[in-house]
Amino acid sequence: MYSFNYERPSGINDAAGAVGEDDKFLAGGQSYLPTLKLRLAQVDKLVDLGGISDLKGISVSGGEISIGAMTTHGTVATSSDVRSSIPALADMAAHIGDAQVRNRGTIGGSIANNDPAADYPSALVALNATVHTNKRSITADDFFVDLFETALEDGELITKVTFPVPQKAAYAKFPNPASRFALVGVFVAQTTSGARVAVTGAGPCVFRQSDMEAALSGNFSGAAVKGIQTVADKLNADIHASADYRAHLISVMAARAVDAAS
Amino acid sequence: MSVENGIGVSVKRKEDQRFITGNGKYLDDINKFGQTHGHFLRSPYAFAKIKNIDLSAAKTAPGVVDIFTGADMTADGIGGLICGWGINSKDGSPHVAPPHPCLATDTVKHVGDQVAFIVAETLQQAKDAAELIDVDYEELKSVTDVRQAAAAGAPQVHEEAAGNQCYDWEIGDKAAVDAAFTNAHHITKIDLINNRVSPNPMEPRAALGEYDPGTGEYTLHTTSQNPHVARLLLSAFVGVAPENKLRVIAPDVGGGFGTKIFLYAEETTAVWASKRVGRPIKWTADRSESFLTDAHGRDHATHAEMAFDADGHILGFRVSTKANMGAYLSTFASAVPTYLYATLLNGQYKMPCIYAEVQALFTNTTPVDAYRGAGRPEATYVVERIMERAARDMNMDPTELRLKNFIQPDAYPYETPVIMTYDTGDYPLTMTTAKDMIDYTGFAARKAKSAANGKLRGIGSSAYIEACGIAPSAAVGSLGAGVGLWESAEVRFNPTGSVTVFTGSHSHGQGHETTFAQLIADQLGVPFESIEVVHGDTTKVPFGMGTYGSRSLAVGGSAITKAADKIVEKAKKIAAHLMEASADDIEHSHGVFSVAGTDKQLTIGEIAFAAYVPHNYPADLEPGLAENAFYDPLNFTFPAGTHIAEVEIDPDTGVVEVVDWAAADDFGNVINPMIVEGQVHGGVAQGIGQALLEGVVYDDDSGQLLTGSYMDYCMPRADNFPNFRVETTNTPCPSNPLGVKGCGEAGAIAAPAALMNAITDALGKEIDMPATSEKVWRAAQNA
Amino acid sequence: MTSVSMTVNGKSVNADVEPNTLLVQFIRENLRLTGTHVGCDTSQCGACTVHVNGDSVKSCTMLAVQADGSDVTTIEGLASGDDLHPMQTAFRENHGLQCGFCTPGMIMSAVDLVKRNPNPTEETIRKELEGNICRCTGYHNIVKSVKDASEKMGG
Repeated sequence: MYSFNYERPSGINDAAGAVGEDDKFLAGGQSYLPTLKLRLAQVDKLVDLGGISDLKGISVSGGEISIGAMTTHGTVATSSDVRSSIPALADMAAHIGDAQVRNRGTIGGSIANNDPAADYPSALVALNATVHTNKRSITADDFFVDLFETALEDGELITKVTFPVPQKAAYAKFPNPASRFALVGVFVAQTTSGARVAVTGAGPCVFRQSDMEAALSGNFSGAAVKGIQTVADKLNADIHASADYRAHLISVMAARAVDAAS
Repeated sequence: MSVENGIGVSVKRKEDQRFITGNGKYLDDINKFGQTHGHFLRSPYAFAKIKNIDLSAAKTAPGVVDIFTGADMTADGIGGLICGWGINSKDGSPHVAPPHPCLATDTVKHVGDQVAFIVAETLQQAKDAAELIDVDYEELKSVTDVRQAAAAGAPQVHEEAAGNQCYDWEIGDKAAVDAAFTNAHHITKIDLINNRVSPNPMEPRAALGEYDPGTGEYTLHTTSQNPHVARLLLSAFVGVAPENKLRVIAPDVGGGFGTKIFLYAEETTAVWASKRVGRPIKWTADRSESFLTDAHGRDHATHAEMAFDADGHILGFRVSTKANMGAYLSTFASAVPTYLYATLLNGQYKMPCIYAEVQALFTNTTPVDAYRGAGRPEATYVVERIMERAARDMNMDPTELRLKNFIQPDAYPYETPVIMTYDTGDYPLTMTTAKDMIDYTGFAARKAKSAANGKLRGIGSSAYIEACGIAPSAAVGSLGAGVGLWESAEVRFNPTGSVTVFTGSHSHGQGHETTFAQLIADQLGVPFESIEVVHGDTTKVPFGMGTYGSRSLAVGGSAITKAADKIVEKAKKIAAHLMEASADDIEHSHGVFSVAGTDKQLTIGEIAFAAYVPHNYPADLEPGLAENAFYDPLNFTFPAGTHIAEVEIDPDTGVVEVVDWAAADDFGNVINPMIVEGQVHGGVAQGIGQALLEGVVYDDDSGQLLTGSYMDYCMPRADNFPNFRVETTNTPCPSNPLGVKGCGEAGAIAAPAALMNAITDALGKEIDMPATSEKVWRAAQNA
Repeated sequence: MTSVSMTVNGKSVNADVEPNTLLVQFIRENLRLTGTHVGCDTSQCGACTVHVNGDSVKSCTMLAVQADGSDVTTIEGLASGDDLHPMQTAFRENHGLQCGFCTPGMIMSAVDLVKRNPNPTEETIRKELEGNICRCTGYHNIVKSVKDASEKMGG
């Protein structure tokens, strides 16, 4: 790792004020620290959000779950509130990384990084979640912009994510056998405003599969989506899977998620 | 009489106490006063000329002690690395062994090749300085695939190796095989890729070199499976220091699997440079460096043909293999695809004739050398996949075709057409045992049940044989080995009756401290707790050839037994004196010496005390009770068995689940069943890993390593495996005093073919390793 | 330099460290507790697993400064004096280790696993050990060890 300075503020405003142009917020660090270790990134100062208690915790009210940005995957996976309201979200969190990573990695860190193979973005998009920052609220559809790119501006800090409780939902993940990130992950949700299908791992950024959403609106069953192919042109291709295979897996995982939705 | 903690008992391991409490001493846990940190600048290109190296900015960077390049080593008279096994081509010419400098001089030949060695106060400073070194490269077109390397017009990796050829070797009777094929009723042909894998012991390689100007002695701590061999090579060929001024220590080593047999550039450079900087230098590989520089395994492309008569008996076998050597010849690389591979192509079968030719080729990749099994897994893979295909071609049950062709238990010694003499075995027994273990006859019902759930189920077997316990020195010498393959031991009684055993074998997970202590507990009746096994230090242990080829017990254990025999002989003389009897009348049993026909007896502990406090002692006998032995085996050992795999495939995704595994192995006598079972588990896991998950991938165009970390190289995890069923049968090995055959490699040798045959059975078609989900899915689409 | 203080294996420790010091470096180099190992550089092998405030974490993927004020347990702190933790005993009794390099991390993960899943099935154990790589054992005897320990810890 290159050298850097370090600060650990205890309040949201302090944190926002502490981060300069060449600085970074440090959340759980489960993606960013490995990047620093391999000298793939250099930073002047890390502003550690670990000391800000306002960023942690889960609450439920008015048909909505609110998850603080610094809440770990492990906490979400085992939260009785999440398990009872949106079991699919807890299940998704339980499939991120491994037990040790889930003990450190956070929802805020994951979505701010927007790794194309991360699990969380699909949950936010499918569940029509809202990302709250110290400046504004952003819908998930608008938040995830492109490969490792989000709507966040410099110095903007995610405070929490709110999820409206769907009628039913599920996540089906096909992991990369080596990294265990999502080779393809499909999060489906039946909401009051219709079905939503979000795909991660397969493309440069999470995306909604609108053909599947349309098909599910009349018939929320795996059979309705299994035959729907995703155009492979814009999908990822690497040593682990061709674009064609990823396209196929989207259909399979979508169908499995729909059939498992509860 | 069975002895407490003796032979045949699953004694819990002595070494575990330190490992489970965090008190193991692996190399990176050792630090020396005044220690500096070494870091290698490595080539970012697969193939490039070095036009200039500018160190000026780096040399003045904070904390830098010194920086070395290939020119410095050359100027100091330090030679390159050598290959210790000479192979001659068909035309009699010796193999091509191009220079293998520790630090590149004018070209780099694979990504990760060493360019400069930076020594600094801290690792961070060494890495910072490395970024300030300005190397002017001229990138060249590279080649990584072994078949492309053989093609006309391929980039030439070494000027010395025309057509990238290292050697073109043959074994067997070509004319006889040609005739057999002319008369065949049926011929089965197959083309196979044996995928390149990275061994990945969990402890990365590391070295700590130091020089004592007072004595002129170097000490090298290194992650080695054979520290004496490392010392021999460093001394005789590299020229760092004479053997008497060079101490090599391999402390607790965290796994080897072959990759820590070899002498590498890093430890060589570190120990040499320690004199130059006058301070100890430590180097520890990052896992990324391990992927780039630890010798890889396998990487064969093979065409094979087998001829059968109308009854399904084998008439002849013809094999042609291209073997990828990588950019340089590693320490024993040349022997792996020849004498460790083609000599096992006979498998467990009666094969009247065999002809094999092997072309070894250089490519712009990490060197390839022995990896768990070394050649024998590649041989088993060819034999057992073609047997499977032949059975399917001839509409026979694959296990029946094997049973029909097995060498029978009364046929030993059995001479194969490829220079091996199998000593003993019972192949039908291991096959039928494995079939019973997995309920082979119940498979059809299980397959139907899977089908009802939309799954494809398959079963596949692999009847493997290996030549282990390497090896008779005269035999391997005649085949080109540059070393003898004996092992040495000393059994030293201390005056109060405890025992220290010094062995040239090295343990890096095999549990020698336990198994070897069991040998002494059994033979000499010494309490297990009073026996200490010392290994891994050239100053403590007289000599050693190290641990590989499943040889530690058969060769190293036999040396210990031989030394213990000498102890018994001397103890009998002492006992006779003390009990006023003739030595001929002394009877020995597990450390108790008695006078025949009387109740007079002495224990080995009492005799040891008398030997060191010789107040009442035979006048013609030297004091002390310590004996050395060197053991050179009479023959290889031939562990063999059958593994059967059962898989279930999800045709929608191509995911293969290994649902059951039966391993029936004949390892001869077993000293510690618990440890043997563990060795089988680990070997099978590595074999399944190769077949299902692992594979080193290079980019065809750039020659970059695409599987350079655990993000992309798929290491097997706990959830990739079922529990394994393991049983052993026993035909004792007649060529060593313990009757043992070796068990460390068996699983890795047997498993790939068994698993791929099971996948073939499920899919009804064949694919190459690794059977990734995409490959399987594609095959399942038009199954 | 930033000053950190934490409790490691029951003892309070203070030091000035560079912010880019990893927790594993701090444990191994400053505290000389070398039972915690480093087996990879991409946070996957789990050889560096320790407990921070009772939860298993990869100490190669956490800065020492982030552990300021925490209670850290390493493999050296698992036993009570000469009394081994049941998980340590189970690994020895069931031959759950060979070369021993992954073992400290494996044991620390396994202890956390049983804390979260007091009666784990074989499937749960295999799934929950996803973050720890062993190259020697084929995991068979590790799974057996964890199951054995869980029964003794629960009993």
